[in-house]
Amino acid sequence: MKKLLIFASALAMSAAVAEAKTFVYCAEASPEGFDPAPYTAGGTFDASAHPVYNRLTEFVKGTTEVEPSLAESWDISEDGKEYTFHLRQGVKWHSNDSFTPTRDFNADDVIFSFERQANADHPWHQYIPGLTYEYYSSMSMSELIEKIEKVDDYTVKFTLTEPAAPFLANIAMPFVSIVSKEYADSLEESGNMAALNNAPIGTGPFQFVNYQQDAVIRYKKNPDYWGTAPLVDDLVFAITPDAAVRLQKLKAGECHLMSYPAPADLEAIKADPNLQLGEQAGLNVGYLAYNTTVEPFDNPKVRKALNMAINKEAIIGAVFQGAAEPAKNPLPPTMWSYNDAIEDDPYDPEAAKKMLEDEGVTDLKMQIWAMPVQRPYMPNARRTAELMQEDLSKVGVDVEIVSYEWGEYLSKSMEAGREGAVILGWTGDNGDPDNFLSVLLSCASADEGGANRAFWCNEEFSGLLSEATRTTDQEERTKLYEEAQVIFKEEAPWFTIAHSTTYVPMAKGVTGFVISPLGDYVFDTVDIAE
Amino acid sequence: MVRFILTKLLYLIPTFLGITIIAFGLVRILPGDPVLLMAGERGVSPERHAQLTAMLGYDKPLIMQYLNFLGRLFQGDLGNSLSTNKPVLNEFLTLFPATVELGLCAIFLAVIIGVPVGVLAAIKRGSWFDQISMTSALVGFSMPIFWWGLLLIIFFSGYLGWTPVSGRISYLYYFPNVTGFMLIDSLLSGQEGAFKSAVLHLILPAIVLSTIPLAVIARQTRSAMLEVMGEDYVRTARAKGMPGRRVIGVHALRNAMIPVITTIGLQIGVLMAGAILTETIFSWPGIGKWMVDAISSRDYPVVQSGLLLIAILVMVVNLLVDLTYGLINPRIRVK
Repeated sequence: MKKLLIFASALAMSAAVAEAKTFVYCAEASPEGFDPAPYTAGGTFDASAHPVYNRLTEFVKGTTEVEPSLAESWDISEDGKEYTFHLRQGVKWHSNDSFTPTRDFNADDVIFSFERQANADHPWHQYIPGLTYEYYSSMSMSELIEKIEKVDDYTVKFTLTEPAAPFLANIAMPFVSIVSKEYADSLEESGNMAALNNAPIGTGPFQFVNYQQDAVIRYKKNPDYWGTAPLVDDLVFAITPDAAVRLQKLKAGECHLMSYPAPADLEAIKADPNLQLGEQAGLNVGYLAYNTTVEPFDNPKVRKALNMAINKEAIIGAVFQGAAEPAKNPLPPTMWSYNDAIEDDPYDPEAAKKMLEDEGVTDLKMQIWAMPVQRPYMPNARRTAELMQEDLSKVGVDVEIVSYEWGEYLSKSMEAGREGAVILGWTGDNGDPDNFLSVLLSCASADEGGANRAFWCNEEFSGLLSEATRTTDQEERTKLYEEAQVIFKEEAPWFTIAHSTTYVPMAKGVTGFVISPLGDYVFDTVDIAE
Repeated sequence: MVRFILTKLLYLIPTFLGITIIAFGLVRILPGDPVLLMAGERGVSPERHAQLTAMLGYDKPLIMQYLNFLGRLFQGDLGNSLSTNKPVLNEFLTLFPATVELGLCAIFLAVIIGVPVGVLAAIKRGSWFDQISMTSALVGFSMPIFWWGLLLIIFFSGYLGWTPVSGRISYLYYFPNVTGFMLIDSLLSGQEGAFKSAVLHLILPAIVLSTIPLAVIARQTRSAMLEVMGEDYVRTARAKGMPGRRVIGVHALRNAMIPVITTIGLQIGVLMAGAILTETIFSWPGIGKWMVDAISSRDYPVVQSGLLLIAILVMVVNLLVDLTYGLINPRIRVK
């Protein structure tokens, strides 16, 4: 009641405040900064790229399909190496106390946004000492883009070194958000270059107002937004690291929507009449990767047998509390080209035992690696490993569970000749199947510094993947990826565990929030019922 | 007195150097590599790994890294955070007032409740008050902070709706940062209701953070009082027919305060440890949560410089405690 009084008195304080609609989001993490290019955390992009900026292309809300954004349309040359983007005209930049734009968005901004990341000698490459552009580098953008040319103020031509179908999805990713060159120039003149990261100027649906470190971020509606204007006037991120506290805040009306609920709270949220729970299949996969280069795991039949000995449903129930779908493919079902015709290996310990005996494998001892951290794709690796240990002991396999500090886990699990099978997972960056299959399972990624923790190199599989990236026709690409998934299933380099579901608890009156399969929290379409 | 202070200050120099070594060494003893943690599941190629490591200066021998750290330190440069790229000192100065505000309120609560409870328990030794207060102190001392904080939130904020769940002030208020102390800034802002909102936000975290120091202070006060009340001069005072209130208030309490002040000083370290959990539960933007995040991402500059700054703080508080003894007890000054 007291809280209501304060609330009411504050509202009465100013008529403008009383009329403004404020949406409060309980976010789990602080942004690293407000320039999306040098950072990699989802929480950073939710606070920078999505409210403040736009990109040449963007993902259709709630899907991983690419749609025009700051580029209204594009032409792709016959050989698939030249992309000509026709830019949207009349797009206004935000303004703040120190900067008022004199021109609209144009080709110079696009070139600036890419070149500052690509070119180490660019004056904006290290505008804060120590900046690195990990996404630009890990998505191999430097190797991929040969040159970028300004054809005229509203036309930009990208020339690639090789045809690359995922390119349009890559440039929809937050790290290549388009920043204002005019703003950068004015900051360079005033000597306050760090403001690009602290006081962002974008073209997006919300304008940045201020950030109190680790506490609150404020935005206001962009009145000149080129797209559909946001429905709320003010957007507030209340940074609340603990999941149980976020839920209490949501229940107390201190925020309208929260990220990452604890799996154990889901039932109570569903039962609460003042709350609603949005859910969508996540774009992720949790897996157990065998080392396919050491005996006896180099034998696909042995891997298959082990896969048949593990009770997947039991893991989904005990570890994910049902909030996941059993995985049969490395791709999640929300991804285009997901091969639903594939049948999962049955859980059949008897048959598994026999298969192992047929292959001459008896008294097998193996390690299972359990990650020391929680991830959306794997809420409790230790428990998962224990369930696997129990299942495998029934077919005569003796499992030892090991774990390391997270950084060490990541590096040691990529060491050649590694002993044991590793629990890990992946969340998609851009909704392209290549972003799962090539990153996690191609021959190239089996080398040091890659992420192929099965060290599985199948020439045929990798061949299909490279053919698919050279093809721009999506139907053709779909066929190639479907075929690749068949090979994956036959060869069984992984035991595919689960695709976890994303849950978003909201207050009853919230409408228009679309859950992103990529795990983004975007608020330009949300509204609050009176 | 001047000489006493100077000697104390001289002692600080070797202590300070020792702390730089510990702060620098501790974070490097931890397994884990900041570059690998930054790359995550994706992995990083050996070339890129070497490039980034060299850029951060972590390819050099440890002793060189340490001397660089020390050299920059004397120029007032504490380095930049690896995750936000902001100067560590700026981040510290932004977040530190929040921790101080919470810490002061907590220690204030602990002292104004703990000392009287301890004195009363000593005077009425063996009474039900003594029994109950000392049992509660034992429970408070062993309280798991995270659980305790959540329990208070669920009861007072969720069930009764008396206090806000978390944060420093309602998002409805925004005013410029003048002192960094929300209680003061909210008053300065002149916005109606801002101060009240700041106070309400402070209550639960201050209670949670004060729980352990309160328990310690109450127990320490009780035992110090009991000891002092058995001394000859207290008996003499009583024998002279001095009123009981004066015996306790002037003769006993003043002497009993010396160990109590030591305890209060030592609680600063306990408060810092408690702040880590308290700040995380109550989304309190202070240095406790900042340090934890830095440790888990192996943000070397933040951890080593943050530890150093906290250690300096504890040193200064200890120095002040030493000086306070001098004020209370002239014998210490003379030594």
